[in-house]
Amino acid sequence: MPYDSTPKATSPATDEARRQLEICNACRYCEGYCDVFPALTRLTEMEPGAISHLASLCHNCRGCYYACQYTPPHEFAVNLPAALAEVRQKDWEDYAWPQPVARLFHRSGLALAAALIAGFAALIAAIAALRPESGEGFYATLSHNAMVAIFAPAFLLPLIAVSISLRAWWSAIGGGRVGLADITRAAQAAGRGRNLDGGQGQGCNFEQADRFSNARRHAHLATLWGFMMCFAATSVATLMHYGMNWPAPYGFWTPPKLLGVPGGILLCLGSGALMALKLRADPALGATRVWGGEMGFTALLFFVSASGLVLYAATGTAAVPALLAVHLGAVLAFFLLIPYSKMVHGFYRFAALMADRRGA
Amino acid sequence: MTEPPPHPNWDVAVVGGGNAALCAAIEAAEAGARVILLEAAPEHMRGGNSRHTRNFRCMHHGPLSVLTDTYDEDEYYDDLIRVTGGKTDPDLARLAIRESEAALPWMEAHGVRFQPSLSGTLSLGRTNAFFLGGGKALVNAYYATAADLGVTIRYNAKVAHVHIEGGAFRWLALEDGARITASAVVLASGGFQADLDWLARAWGPAARNFLIRGTPWNRGEVLRDMLDQGAESVGDPTQCHAVAIDGRAPKFDGGIVTRLDCVPFSVVVNRACMRFHDEGEDVWPKRYAIWGRLVAAQPEQVAYAIIDAKARGLFMPTVFPPETADTLEELAGKLGLDPAQLAKTVAEYNAACRPGAFYPTELDGLATDGLAPPKTNWARPIDTPPFAAYTLRPGVTFTYLGLKVSARAQVQSGHGPLANVWAAGEIMAGSILGQGYLAGFGMTIGTVFGRIAGQEAAAHAL
Repeated sequence: MPYDSTPKATSPATDEARRQLEICNACRYCEGYCDVFPALTRLTEMEPGAISHLASLCHNCRGCYYACQYTPPHEFAVNLPAALAEVRQKDWEDYAWPQPVARLFHRSGLALAAALIAGFAALIAAIAALRPESGEGFYATLSHNAMVAIFAPAFLLPLIAVSISLRAWWSAIGGGRVGLADITRAAQAAGRGRNLDGGQGQGCNFEQADRFSNARRHAHLATLWGFMMCFAATSVATLMHYGMNWPAPYGFWTPPKLLGVPGGILLCLGSGALMALKLRADPALGATRVWGGEMGFTALLFFVSASGLVLYAATGTAAVPALLAVHLGAVLAFFLLIPYSKMVHGFYRFAALMADRRGA
Repeated sequence: MTEPPPHPNWDVAVVGGGNAALCAAIEAAEAGARVILLEAAPEHMRGGNSRHTRNFRCMHHGPLSVLTDTYDEDEYYDDLIRVTGGKTDPDLARLAIRESEAALPWMEAHGVRFQPSLSGTLSLGRTNAFFLGGGKALVNAYYATAADLGVTIRYNAKVAHVHIEGGAFRWLALEDGARITASAVVLASGGFQADLDWLARAWGPAARNFLIRGTPWNRGEVLRDMLDQGAESVGDPTQCHAVAIDGRAPKFDGGIVTRLDCVPFSVVVNRACMRFHDEGEDVWPKRYAIWGRLVAAQPEQVAYAIIDAKARGLFMPTVFPPETADTLEELAGKLGLDPAQLAKTVAEYNAACRPGAFYPTELDGLATDGLAPPKTNWARPIDTPPFAAYTLRPGVTFTYLGLKVSARAQVQSGHGPLANVWAAGEIMAGSILGQGYLAGFGMTIGTVFGRIAGQEAAAHAL
């Protein structure tokens, strides 16, 4: 398997990013926007690993593009947000494990939709084949054991795949030993969307071109925190099930619902807003070949959260079995695609923030 | 030609689209005037030379925004006198300096963001406030502010003629033949440094080999038109501010990244492989400006800075990698120079170097002995391969010839002030910067006089 820890050989994407970064390094006007530029000025050699690190540090806020004197049609043709997007996209694909599925879902929203439909079908089949004799709430449709049998591997296997990829990438960027301070620093930066705030709280140059706005940062934070709350809701419910012998269904005033319902609403609003903003932003400032895959992934996040909320609203009605299949099918597709879709950006970005040890 | 309509379409027309023009347009619009701004460049090239700038030199008493400590009027003025050799209008200069303190908060209130001085420019942290993202970010912020204030912005709107009649401005003719009438006009369309023919007439044919560091749109049409109609001029018509930049830079618009900071750690030779000036005369920020002229005086307006491995990493990264070679002869071959002569010149220099302590960031007095011209600081032998070379050419930043203005930025003619014509920015900066340059002062002049011109033009029109 191609998982050695040596840096990947250079590529056209890396060479183009290096060409542009050398211009940036001689200019430095953008130092105040984000973590990329201070990290750039600390580099002694622009080798591929270092460029990979910068690429995943970049959050595509686009401040540097609109401030740049050298954007096309200038002969220097600097478009750093796009150049770095190409490098990190290539990394996510090159380092993905296993390779045969590495590229498909990044590029194609259609493939993502197909995976989603396959997820529905799998769940419908499971429900039909494994219909329990008794059970409460959702478990009347699909037993707890059946859910665990499907979702435990569907959750853990992708995480194993991501960790295999991330290890190789971490070694390639020379990430070094991870300390508690690295995790804390990265969590603070990610949790506040610091690299989406323009350096001074003015936000990104995204949906309004050269005008700044915090819409994307807020939408991203809603998505992130909504996702984390949904994840926490599931984790808490698992603990309650096994640790406290307190199985579902849960009433509204219980931790899984108190985390899951607002989390689902945040995720729904955040992912919906991200799609709306992406439609208004200039696609040429990102990795254009994966625009469809990125949009498809965000739509999947939206679908997961919206279908979860609808399912909750339908509690006790005859629609539950069908809605459960739809929701769990979407969750299944989402989990399985983590290593091979835009979702993987969260892992690489977090790692890149941990490896950015300015002043640390 | 059709007669202009009896009532002007606009209260204030602003000719130009850089910092000074935008400051004028914003002030005039805030005063309630109907303003049109005419930018000759297309939208993606808007902003004139302002898009290449990075900071604003600002007087202040105590910390102000990103600025530390105090920078008072006398110190600022002394700095100006040092670079201009006294070629300045003291009243206008002091006005620009004094008004800069109030200008900085005004800039912030109109969308400009500042950042602490950039890495490699710490020496300017007290005197110069750096724009977050540089001058183009400032220009973007001002265009957004102006649009929000209702200023009408036209791109690709090149003014061909400013019609002056009876001591007053009547109308503007655009290159496409359209006419624009306004009660008052602010001229903020820059210098003529992008017109190589004009430069060649003023400087001599060598000017055709100069590189133009900024916008190709500063061709001086409006300046020429005004001078032809009797506006009074200031500044040396034959001179331009030129620095030594990377010889491989684009002909226009190379901007900041084409600068080279390696000269103090190098020997600089011309095409004949002869040295021609003390490379270690002073720290580079105080000397870079004279090297444009020095290189311009060499055959074919080109020179070569030669360093060895010891000097790598002592100066800011360059946008183009240097030519490198393991021997001086091989390096000369790559540069198209005479290998034997280059080796000989460097050998003579090396023989004149003396032992001593080398301190790259201060005047270390490490000088050559018995060499003409001498190198008076940082003189270490060039002896450690790989050797590297950067090509130097003169890069023109701006021209000095401009319109004479009053303390209220009003344009002067032989018969007194023109009733409704104001000027701001590079087109009148020659009044204050008679020679040399002070980092960040161009933006100070543009901001202060742009604001004054906008206020005065609006007051006249309303």
